[in-house]
Amino acid sequence: MKTQTAHPALCAVNSLAPLNPVSRPLRVLLLGGLLLGAGQVGAETVLVTLEKDNAVAVLDPLAGKLLKTVPVGQRPRGIAISPDNKIVYVATSDDNTIKMLDAETLKELARLPSGDDPETFALSPAGDKLYVSNEDDSQVTVIDIAKKQAIKQIKVGVEPEGITASPDGRWLVSASETTNMVHWIDTKTYAISDNTLVDARPRAATFTADSQQLWVSSEMAGTLQILDTASKQIIKTVQFEATGVTADKMQPVGIVIDKERRYGYVALGPANRVAVVNAQTFAVEKMFLVGARVWNLAFSPDQKRLYTANGISNDVSIIDLDSQTVSKSVGVGTYPWGLAVKP
Amino acid sequence: MNLTHYWRAMWGIIGRELWRFVTQRERFISALVRPLVWLFVFAAGFRAALGLAISPPYETYILYEVYITPGLCGMIQLFNGMQSSLSMVYDREMGSMRILLVSPLPRWFLLLSKLLAGVGVSVLQVYVFLGIAWCYDIHAPWQGYLWVLPALLLSGLMLGALGLLLSSFIKQLENFAGVMNFVIFPMFFLSTALYPLWKLKESSVLLHNLAHYNPFSQAVELIRFALYAQLNSEALLYTASAFVLFMAAAIIGYNPSKGMMSRKGGA
Repeated sequence: MKTQTAHPALCAVNSLAPLNPVSRPLRVLLLGGLLLGAGQVGAETVLVTLEKDNAVAVLDPLAGKLLKTVPVGQRPRGIAISPDNKIVYVATSDDNTIKMLDAETLKELARLPSGDDPETFALSPAGDKLYVSNEDDSQVTVIDIAKKQAIKQIKVGVEPEGITASPDGRWLVSASETTNMVHWIDTKTYAISDNTLVDARPRAATFTADSQQLWVSSEMAGTLQILDTASKQIIKTVQFEATGVTADKMQPVGIVIDKERRYGYVALGPANRVAVVNAQTFAVEKMFLVGARVWNLAFSPDQKRLYTANGISNDVSIIDLDSQTVSKSVGVGTYPWGLAVKP
Repeated sequence: MNLTHYWRAMWGIIGRELWRFVTQRERFISALVRPLVWLFVFAAGFRAALGLAISPPYETYILYEVYITPGLCGMIQLFNGMQSSLSMVYDREMGSMRILLVSPLPRWFLLLSKLLAGVGVSVLQVYVFLGIAWCYDIHAPWQGYLWVLPALLLSGLMLGALGLLLSSFIKQLENFAGVMNFVIFPMFFLSTALYPLWKLKESSVLLHNLAHYNPFSQAVELIRFALYAQLNSEALLYTASAFVLFMAAAIIGYNPSKGMMSRKGGA
């Protein structure tokens, strides 16, 4: 089961594939962009976990090039980068650990005791704690990163998957796929203070930057639900439709929401689309066609681009949010899963 | 004979064609309806079926209607080329061609003028079609709309020259149905207008080869790449060569002493 990894601002992706012929004008434009906006644009890279290649792909999203692929361990899935951008965390599921990698070299620094088969995890806003979903054990493990120790196990519903921490540090939310519930965990006590029943098979959960709303995608129901943090109640259920796509393929997974809460973007799995949801009216305003089985999403640091990990087509699509177009899809390796963007 | 005569004759021919185009509103509308039906109806049916592979000039996944848009531009020009050949046969039957051909200007020049007139009309039709496609959310980079002009001129000339060549063979208007069956349909369906070459290769290598060497495919690819501000040099060379070949054959075909005209007993 795949889910959204850590907080959207911390997540990113990366991918590249055999170079698709890049148009000369585009290259000129990209080069021009690099020269003009040197400081800001220069070094951004997207890191993409490749579930089947047991590696992380490093992508230069502006040049649309795969820079390198680095082996990291068995079946890497969830990925996040520390707030200071120095450490990359990768859940290597079949190694039963979460690895800490040097963000520059991707060399292993340490291993964290994640419990069995870690897939998704979230970083605390301060970057000192890691929250891991243990799907088989129906629990959430809290890891103190400095001590590299598990300091708490919290029992949640069956098959916890999506996990996220509120940017204000107040809440940790875990979504249980089988129980169809989101659990509101108080980060002061690590006790569940509330539960909200959501649509069938919740997969990913993400807070808005102001922590006032929680967006939850339900894969089987094909819906996105918006919850009010204060009341823990659902305030809106969003359905997705696209011409030529049957309803059963609308399986919402990864979610990211921009800092200003203008738009949220929802990956729709086998529909091969990313939906643009107006974060004020909750209307679905547009669909971007991306690669096959799009799972997770990540913004560029300036939130001008959106990167998507396309699990079946083995590539990353780059969406230019200013022009509202998918500018390129770049092959990265087999089964891209999660993304983290390093500025 | 000085340049003024050439200029006057060319504008006479082009002006007549444009005037015909402007006054025959049904012809303009029907030329647009055909590709629009393909775009709105046919492409809608296939929307989910294609679009899972990236092939140049595209850099990401596209919807089927985006794929067939350049092919439909080619379709407009293909039909326009054939329409021109139809009008040549009509002119021959009505006697207006006799007036044209007795002009002291060289025959190749008159034929080229006739051809340019047809191409001008088809380019106008294509731009209107692209405008409608834009409103339907089919967007190309703005540079593409400039680069596509020379591509359209060349592909239009090539398809028009083919039409001219055919018209030199056709004696009566009634025979035009044969052109539809034996030229337009095979050319259109055995091309990259509707499906990419790799897709054809999956079903038959023979079909793939036929489509690859079909001059209409090359014209469509030239338009497709130009619309994304890229140059497909193979398509450019192929289309230009096909134009020269068809044009030369058409000029010979219209030569009373050598070509088909003599066998038919003149215009």
